[in-house]
Amino acid sequence: MTHGLDGPAPEERPTPAGRRNKQGIRIDPEIEAKREPRRTVISVLVEHEPGVLSDVSGLFSRRQFNIESLTVGPTAEDGRARITLVVEEPDPGIDQVKKQLRKLLPVIAVRELEPDAMRRELALVKVNAERPDRVAAVADMYDAKTVDSSPETATFEITGARQKIEAAIETFGQFGIREIARTGTTALARGTDDTAAPPTESSAAEANQTQQFTQPTDDD
Amino acid sequence: MSERAAPVTATEEQYDDQDPARDAREPADTTAETESEPERHPVTTGAEAVVRALENAGVEHAFGVQGGAIMPVYDALYDSEIHHVTMAHEQGASHAADAYGIVSGEPGICLATSGPGATNLVTGLADADMDSDPVVALTGQVPTEFVGNDAFQETDTTGVTTPVTKDNTFSSEPDRVGTDVSEAFALAREGRPGPTLVDLPKDVTNAETDREPDEPAVPRTYEVQERADPETVDAAAGRIENAQRPIMLLGGGVIKGEASEACREFATEHEIPVVTTMPGIGSFPEDHELSMEMAGMHGTGYANMAITHCDTMIAVGTRFDDRLTGGIETFAPDAEIIHVDIDPAEISKNIRADYPLVGDAGTVVSQLAEAVDASPKATKWRAQCQQWKSDYSMAYDAPEDEPIKPQFVVEALDEATSDRAVVTTGVGQHQMWACQYWTYTEPRTWVSSHGLGTMGYGLPAAIGARFAADDDQEVVCIDGDGSFLMTLQGLSVAVRENLDITVAVLNNEYIGMVRQWQDAFFDGRHSASDYGWMPEFDKLAEAFGAAGFRIDDYDEVADTIDDALAYDGPSVIDVHIDPQANVYPMVPSGGDNGQFALTEDQL
Repeated sequence: MTHGLDGPAPEERPTPAGRRNKQGIRIDPEIEAKREPRRTVISVLVEHEPGVLSDVSGLFSRRQFNIESLTVGPTAEDGRARITLVVEEPDPGIDQVKKQLRKLLPVIAVRELEPDAMRRELALVKVNAERPDRVAAVADMYDAKTVDSSPETATFEITGARQKIEAAIETFGQFGIREIARTGTTALARGTDDTAAPPTESSAAEANQTQQFTQPTDDD
Repeated sequence: MSERAAPVTATEEQYDDQDPARDAREPADTTAETESEPERHPVTTGAEAVVRALENAGVEHAFGVQGGAIMPVYDALYDSEIHHVTMAHEQGASHAADAYGIVSGEPGICLATSGPGATNLVTGLADADMDSDPVVALTGQVPTEFVGNDAFQETDTTGVTTPVTKDNTFSSEPDRVGTDVSEAFALAREGRPGPTLVDLPKDVTNAETDREPDEPAVPRTYEVQERADPETVDAAAGRIENAQRPIMLLGGGVIKGEASEACREFATEHEIPVVTTMPGIGSFPEDHELSMEMAGMHGTGYANMAITHCDTMIAVGTRFDDRLTGGIETFAPDAEIIHVDIDPAEISKNIRADYPLVGDAGTVVSQLAEAVDASPKATKWRAQCQQWKSDYSMAYDAPEDEPIKPQFVVEALDEATSDRAVVTTGVGQHQMWACQYWTYTEPRTWVSSHGLGTMGYGLPAAIGARFAADDDQEVVCIDGDGSFLMTLQGLSVAVRENLDITVAVLNNEYIGMVRQWQDAFFDGRHSASDYGWMPEFDKLAEAFGAAGFRIDDYDEVADTIDDALAYDGPSVIDVHIDPQANVYPMVPSGGDNGQFALTEDQL
């Protein structure tokens, strides 16, 4: 009680050699690899009840996950819906997305899709059509379906991988695009694989596995 | 004051009431009458189903404030054995329920009406959410037909509380409302505990129903894993056996998971030094040789040295909050981390786990205990830890001719009370002194706002704790002047219920922690932290009908504390402490734990 706190000052104390990176992973300073964000598709099977979408989107905004698109629709099973999310995060962030989604009560299953999963997006593109023949030729190139036409405009429906839609939009650009509406990506796993089904393996096995999927080049 | 809440296992005869047999209108099971259970009338309204669900869950106390939209539920409570504690403010109700949950281990219940009642609960719910405390909130809501129309006292309560509850439900069916409450109760304590909320529209609680609530059960999508993966346990055990500098880091999950005993056995058998987080205080006796006490921003120097230099960390029930870790880059940089947590999302969220062990803390530590064959050879490390304990021992200057040092008051209170005394605090400097200079030895005796850091938590928490604690356990609230001022209307509740609690206000006429930071980081510009306008708390206490005491001098400390503790009812001691006293050691925000400052000069 007669003296204050003492002991060696900070600069006199030993310090350990190691370091961690921002994600809390121990690093070897020699070969420190930076973790770049990657884009991936996460499929979430949920109970089809009011408020689920706001639960999911609220989770993304309050935890500052970088969400690129979100689509939702009913499934073959009554009372269940599928949410398809495209996120861009470094691997630990993607892991957190999956784990936090699993904690929501209405969420039944969460799965990150492999690169070979089928991914599709739909776009409606309304262009000026003063030169209908040239517009039709471009539409043909991208398998675009005409859904409406008027003396001044033509509206096309394009489905496919994101890159294809972007390429089509760019090409249509020469005629002057009036309006665009796009859905986000929706996706299913290939073959007999379940896209997202109630988990069969324990959550522990998944707790720390870092799925290392390479980013697909064609997104298809 | 009541006995600690009985374990909630609703008796069979209660459930017999809602067996299929009853639905089929067969004669009711008669076993109920042979037991001493009080006879219960069948449920007739949604509100009665709500109260019946609470009774089935074994609820003895509920904290709340009456109001328009919740009136049907209060009407049903009128005939119930449940003791309702009317609070002076809903925030107090949610803090009291939170503290009740911490001390008893069973969910605390709070009630409020719609709109302002519900929004006033939010701080307490956010607090419980951050600290994983089991709380069930029941809020009134405007009648269903008005919902969404901006009706009088309407807010989107489930919308407002979604980010701060484990789960919440808008209850829309009179036949479901009791079961919704049962589920909320079960969910609040299952797995990682947390606050749940059921929003109760007035027409739903007023409506007729004869549907008894179902047995408390969690929804089928909520699955908790009890046992960790055996292979990972074996791998972690191997790591522990080969550790040269092992420590155990015990978090709040150890206490909530009733794993203190298992952790104590493990640490003492293998002679592993133990540090705790702030919520983990009480999980390991601080007077034990292996105890390094609390780590983190205001943790002990020796705990932070141990954390920084260990090579193996057995972290149990902690989420690696930034107040513990400081800068991530410098947190236990040489250590392989064995992380035990019941919530898979906590694994590798902030600190990468090398050995992820998802499961119940007690179960997994027992699994580890079985798998570890040989203790780590860490004699040198233990000696080093003891050396740090003497190098960086906790002490303070207390010259007789200066104002009272707060540390002295905390030590005197500790001295005057039993080991099992429950301590609650507000948030600020006083809270840190209460961590540092009180020696905690038992779980569930330290009640504070950790994650959210809620000023004003101390007094309502003391009220909740008083109802959960045993009669022979003292309840002491160590508060700051700024904190106490935020919720002191709760004194009226303590007086009305004649609660034997002792509040010691460490009064420095500052928002002290802010003043300390302003001195360190803002050139001493005391913007809005100077509270030179504080009331005289002893007189204020007397105005409420409580006993008031005042301490200005060292020689008054011991006797005044004895008098306040001896007073059979709420008492408040206004302790005028050294306004310049600061909290050290300190790791600046985001700093390196090993570089903690012992004085302002080292910041």
